[in-house]
Formats: sequence, structure tokens, C-alpha cells
Amino acid sequence: MKYLDEYRDPELARALLAELRRVTTRAWTLMEVCGGQTHTIVRQGIDELLPGIRMIHGPGCPVCVTPLEILDQAMAIAQRPGTILTSFGDMLRVPGSRTDLLALRARGADVRVVYSPMDAVTLARRHPDRQVVFLAVGFETTAPANAMAVLHAATLGLTNFSVLVSHVLVPPAMEAVLSAPGCEVQGFLAAGHVCAVMGWTEYEPLAARHRVPIVVTGFEPLDLLEGILMTVRQLEEGRYEVENQYARAVRRDGNTAARDAIARVFHVTDRVWRGIGAIPASGLALTEEFAAFDAGRRFDVGRLVVREHPACLAGQILTGARTPTDCTAYATACTPRTPLGAPMVSAEGTCAAYYTAGRRRPPRSGGAS
Amino acid sequence: MCLGIPGRVTEIELEDGLPMGNVDFGGLRKRVCLSYVPGARPGDYVIVHVGFAISTVDAEEAERTLEVLRAMDDLLRRELEA
Ligand code: SF4
Repeated sequence: MKYLDEYRDPELARALLAELRRVTTRAWTLMEVCGGQTHTIVRQGIDELLPGIRMIHGPGCPVCVTPLEILDQAMAIAQRPGTILTSFGDMLRVPGSRTDLLALRARGADVRVVYSPMDAVTLARRHPDRQVVFLAVGFETTAPANAMAVLHAATLGLTNFSVLVSHVLVPPAMEAVLSAPGCEVQGFLAAGHVCAVMGWTEYEPLAARHRVPIVVTGFEPLDLLEGILMTVRQLEEGRYEVENQYARAVRRDGNTAARDAIARVFHVTDRVWRGIGAIPASGLALTEEFAAFDAGRRFDVGRLVVREHPACLAGQILTGARTPTDCTAYATACTPRTPLGAPMVSAEGTCAAYYTAGRRRPPRSGGAS
Repeated sequence: MCLGIPGRVTEIELEDGLPMGNVDFGGLRKRVCLSYVPGARPGDYVIVHVGFAISTVDAEEAERTLEVLRAMDDLLRRELEA
């Protein structure tokens, strides 16, 4: 397929690796932020080919960081009579405190997978007698779609459509990673599609303040290798700038039409990230103008007591402090079919990426790491 | 849900006031909202996330990236042959 195959050429990948070997004089630690990038890196084994460069997998899996409270709230709403709860497919198997949406559906709740939030709007038009709720999660990449669904529902005057919003923003999470004590990250690959929407100006103060190079990077193997090369070149030369590897899709100011829609429908708010905790100004919530579409206000589900599976190391996996193979449940009790934690659910989760790539826990011998 | 992929716009039409397009992903076709890529025309490649095009692929920039990589490959070959 055009714009995919060319960026998977093994010859060019070899050339990039040779160049990386030539310019790298010491060990460096980089973080790729986005779960889509983690997926490619682990699947292609790129991290195992790099010369002395360690890749830490970042918190960029939307399914993984959606807080338990929101999931439990969605499940409570789904159990109300007359409701249709809609969501992206990945969210259905994410374990909540007690169950998951797929299990609720098996027990008779009307839970439906949609490809786009606009499909949920269409459902609401088709079922005027039912309340249709869309679980609106994700990063800056899905925010324009969710914003348009709300704008469109408002234009159509729908009173039976609402969204349960738990949007998260990438730059505050990078700030949190960099400010954490003992942070080892020396350079970042920024998530290309987040930047396609938002541009990269937000990263400039971050790069300057923390003296880290940040390279906006695409998702194909050659994109990732080139992004890593550009980051390492900066580190070797003592530079810390924002550069754009993914020029075919990302412009400096991002997509202004999409940003305008986001700014109209949402405002920035503090947000709890699953496994990580509260990060200031790291999420989006509906503005007062669109409060009527807020499922959280429309349906009072009371106070929920949330509980994570005790074995799950998701928090440490998401911040890059541990890898999935450190987890005793990995590939035994916890698999993509029976996930105990969110990172095992979607292809973007680090645990699921390791599992599908067939990575094994090292045999236990005197304190193996 | 976050995996955006490039596809080719085949047709554009208005639906309830929104520009909607058919986008071809190597044979698989989907209806995609084009509100955020007002400049996109049939034949253009767009990057699609959850039913919305969020960016148009810039063909010149795409070629430039590949040229840089090919030049690197040529250099490597010449070094190996030398
Ligand atoms: S393998 Fe499963 S239980 Fe262990 S950290 Fe990953 S998601 Fe949690």
C-alpha cells in the first residue's frame, strides 16, 4: 500500500541502522511516547537491533490510561435500562474493578462497538426512545472526532446522545515523566499523529526546559529508525531541539480546523491516569456550552469503589520503570484473552505488544531481571 | 484505536452538512468524515483516525524523506564496496 510499503523497506532499514551505529558513541536512553510506536518497535524487534540505545516504552496507550473510575462509571451506565453504551472495540475487554463491558454485554446489557463516534450519533437518531452514550476516551488523535460528534449532535438537536469523556493529553504526561525523580529518559520520540492534530509548538518549551531532544516521529519501521537517528544525532552533538521526522503528515501548527473544534467543545482539566495518578492540566472535559451532552452529569451512578488487580504492575509498565516480563502474571495468568490489567488489552499496550511478539520471561536464575 | 493509517480519497459528498468521503485503504473502503481536511480532493491520501481524516499526506515531503534514506543507503553501499 502506498505510504506504507516504502517505509518498511528492509534495505533502507539496514542503512539507517548502519548510520546509527556510526554516530552512536555511548549509551543513550530514549522514550517513544505512543503505543502505536511501541507496537511497531516491539513487533519488528527494532529495540533489540539498536547499538547501545535503550528504548523505554511510554504511557501512550489510551486504553491503558483510561481511569478505572470512568470504566466503572461506563459499566454502571450500561446496566441502566433503555441505554445503549457505545465505545471503540478496544475498550470492551479492559478490566474494570469487578467486570468488563464484554461480560456485561453477555449478560444482556446493550453495549455496542462503533468504528467512529459519528456512528454513535447515527444510533441515537435511529433510536429516539433510547439513551445512547459514547465512551469518549483517547489522546489528541481521537479528540477531533469526539468533538465533531458532539457538535453534530448539537446541530441535530439530539437529546438522547451524550458522551462520557476521559480525554488525555500527551505533553503534560511527558512533563510528568521528565519531572519524576530518577527519570532516565534523555530524548523523546513524540507521537506523530498527536502532532498531526496539535502541531509541535507545545514541545518547544519542554525541550528547552529539560534539555531533551524531541523528534516528532511516524509509525512505520523506517520512520522509527530515522526518528531514533535524529534524536541520537542531537544527543551526540549536545543539541536539544524539536525536529520533525514525520514531515509528510505533520505541520508545525498541526491541523487548525481540528484544534478549533477541540477548543470549542473541550477545556483543559486535571485528569487521573490509570496506573500513574493525577497529572495537572492533562485532560479534556466538555465546556459549559456542551454540558448537556455530558453523560457524567446526565446519569448519576453514585460513588464507586475502584480496585485494581493486585498482581498488575501497570503503573510501572506505563512509566517505563519495569517491563512486562518483570510481572509474575505475564503470559501466565495474564494474556490478551484473559487480561488482568489494561496494558494487556489493546495492540498499543506494552504487555500485549510483548505477548504478540512472543517475548518470554527470562528463566528464573539468581536474581534475573 | 490510536493507529492511524493512510488511505486514498475516492469520492467526496455532503451529508447532513458534513463533507464525507469514501477512502480506500488498499482495497478496504470506509466512510470517512473530511471536515478537518477541507483541502483534500479525490486522489489525495489522508491519515484516518476513528472515521476522521486528521491530516493530508504531503506527497513532496513523503518523497523527500525517502530520498534522504536512499542517499544514506547509497553511501553505505559505496563504503562497503570501497
Ligand atoms: S502482564 Fe498483565 S498483570 Fe502484568 S503488568 Fe501487564 S497487564 Fe498487568
